[in-house]
Amino acid sequence: MRKTIQNFFSRRNFLRAGIGSATSALGLSALGGSIQAQAQPPTPDSGAHAGHGEGLMGLVGEVDHAGNGFDPLELLVDWDFGKVSTLSNGQTLREYEILAFDKEIEIAPGIFFPAWTYNGTVPGPSLRCTEGDRLKIHFINAGSHPHTLHFHGIHPHEMDGVPGAGPGEINPGQVFTYEFDAEPFGCHLYHCHAIPLKRHIHKGLYGAFVVDPKAGREPAREFMMMMNGFDTNFDGENEIYAVNSVGHEYARRPIPIQVGELVRIYLINITEFDPINSFHLHAEFFNYYDHGTTLEPTLRTVDTIMQCQAQRGILEFRYRWPGQYMFHAHQSEFVELGWMGHFNAVQPEDFPAALEAVGLDGEWDRKATQSNTVAQKGA
Amino acid sequence: MTTEPQSSQSSGKPTGKLTGGVGWLLALVPLLLLGVVLAYLVATGGGLSELAGPPVEQVTIQRITLPAPGEIRVEVVNDGPQAVTIPQVLVDDAYWHFSAEPSNTIPRLGRAVFTILYPWVAEETHVVRLITSLGVTFDGEIAVAVETPAPSFFFFARFGLLGFYVGVIPVLLGMLWYPFMRRLSGQVMDFILSLTIGLLVFLAVGTWLDALEFAAELPAFWQGGPLVFFVALVTLGVLLAVGNRGKGSGRSPLQVSYLIALGIGLHNLGEGLAIGAAYSAGEAALGAFLVLGFTLHNITEGVGIAAPIVRKSPGLGNFALLVLLAGGPAMLGTWIGGFAFNPVWATLFLAVGIGAILQVVWEVGKLLGKSGEQAARSAINWMNLGGLTAGLMIMYFTAFLVKF
Repeated sequence: MRKTIQNFFSRRNFLRAGIGSATSALGLSALGGSIQAQAQPPTPDSGAHAGHGEGLMGLVGEVDHAGNGFDPLELLVDWDFGKVSTLSNGQTLREYEILAFDKEIEIAPGIFFPAWTYNGTVPGPSLRCTEGDRLKIHFINAGSHPHTLHFHGIHPHEMDGVPGAGPGEINPGQVFTYEFDAEPFGCHLYHCHAIPLKRHIHKGLYGAFVVDPKAGREPAREFMMMMNGFDTNFDGENEIYAVNSVGHEYARRPIPIQVGELVRIYLINITEFDPINSFHLHAEFFNYYDHGTTLEPTLRTVDTIMQCQAQRGILEFRYRWPGQYMFHAHQSEFVELGWMGHFNAVQPEDFPAALEAVGLDGEWDRKATQSNTVAQKGA
Repeated sequence: MTTEPQSSQSSGKPTGKLTGGVGWLLALVPLLLLGVVLAYLVATGGGLSELAGPPVEQVTIQRITLPAPGEIRVEVVNDGPQAVTIPQVLVDDAYWHFSAEPSNTIPRLGRAVFTILYPWVAEETHVVRLITSLGVTFDGEIAVAVETPAPSFFFFARFGLLGFYVGVIPVLLGMLWYPFMRRLSGQVMDFILSLTIGLLVFLAVGTWLDALEFAAELPAFWQGGPLVFFVALVTLGVLLAVGNRGKGSGRSPLQVSYLIALGIGLHNLGEGLAIGAAYSAGEAALGAFLVLGFTLHNITEGVGIAAPIVRKSPGLGNFALLVLLAGGPAMLGTWIGGFAFNPVWATLFLAVGIGAILQVVWEVGKLLGKSGEQAARSAINWMNLGGLTAGLMIMYFTAFLVKF
């Protein structure tokens, strides 16, 4: 009885919908109510095998991305450049619209989390602009609690998006436009700063905020990776760790890249409850730009970096040989709780097949390689 | 004057006679209305849908076994108010592939067995965690990973031997005091009978606590605590009623001995269950020390069984049967506990044992009372109180060897 009561009070205040998606993903209906875990396709470098080779580590089944409204592979390359116009003084104006609302998302096959979202995705839209642009972010709170937008950037006090500064917390049903110049260039983030802060962040209110340097960066295949976690039973520890929210998604669907090309990752850590998160790349080393605020690497030739919460940076590397290369947090616990993926490095001629294998197309390739706002402006 | 009430009775008879078809139909009326109310509630929510809280997901991990190296079996019962889906399973904070029979969606009061191919490490601790579709987690610990004994002749013989040491040997040794006890005076025999009561009271309390421990593990719908109480109460009542069926001055001393043996047997069954189950779960290192402890702890039981019959000569056959009845169930218990442990049955066995022991306390008390009457003194005297205390103390201090 005590157990029941405890569970009752730890229950979340929403009704579940769409359990069918979870069960059908597990092939329940097809097998007449009996499920047999789907084995991952064995990959030479996966290391996902149990010691004796009988069992397999990893989440079972697939997430219903359509039901979720976002696909982690698309989140890698989906940049929001805003509505672009030019001000009378010649400055570029970018206007963004961000709507906060509550939404249940599937963060691992069959596991649903009552998230608070920006524009319905976790992480929220990846805002991208060029250093010096004027930014107007129209914020609408359609959620159930007061929220804010707090940007990691340089801006006046009233635009800081914290309680007590400017409009403070934006109540449900209210709107506010945050307005400031994009500086400094780098790999940044924004998140809700309403109180209690911990809850507002781990419920999913965060997103990438990338400011390109005026001079631009070397053309590359670019990905946005937000390291995050979810505490599904609200005990102050994460049950799921991931990049871009869905556990082990990039292990199941390796990210296609080409051998020899420059790969640039905008890596941000928003993981709640754990002091640090980390990124380790297999079989290659990378240059690292802490916060992305320099044009020269702040760390050269490393294969592991760590970030505290809200720390971020840019990684640049090239793979020499084809193969599936693992990347993951080097906290083994996080790996086994979902934060692990693969790059599928292939020769250019094999690239369309690699895209198709994980359900992607040429549009994804275009977004991944032409996302630099400086290049875009020139185009 | 006497006819008045009779006539009023007869005038009331027509209503009392409504026992035909019409009478039964009347009995159905409330049930039919109940059906209507239920249908209304199910169909419309009865206007209470605003009060419907968030969903409650509740399962109990009933048993975890390690049938083979690299394999974990988890038996799960859904004791919550609605069906629960377990989309993912973790072992030691790692998501792991699994299969579920019959399904990973468990209906209310339903059961499922999850099989995980996981390279568990012998003699180390593992934690299995089930996570529901709402992210609620339920943990089950494998305290010390030991391959669960399959019912083989080797384990059958070993478990039997274990039960023999724990149950049969001490009862047999205790009963060997019989010739000695025959030489004791009536007053000293009363002391021995009081000592028996002390030991039985100790066993009743111990069995009660063990039963509650098993009951706590049960899925909520079993209502383990009340179940133990009621089963013990009903057992006590049934045994007392059976005893009072015949007329006369109660039971013969030999009958009392058999009842004591039965009560102690049920207690020893529970002890065997606990030992067998603990071994299966890898929780008990059954060293010679523990077995020795149980042997010492249980030796007084034999004294208790032999005490009522010191004035009789029941014969060797009866002695053998008494030993078997009191000690044999320990062997049965280790087998059941080791190979087919089921906390529901364990709880029920122990609850029956409580009732049986309490009934024996009653019977031995009556013997004491009769002895007191014959000697024209109260049954409650310092000698008997000393015996009771001695019985409790012997059991209490020998239990030091088996409690940790």
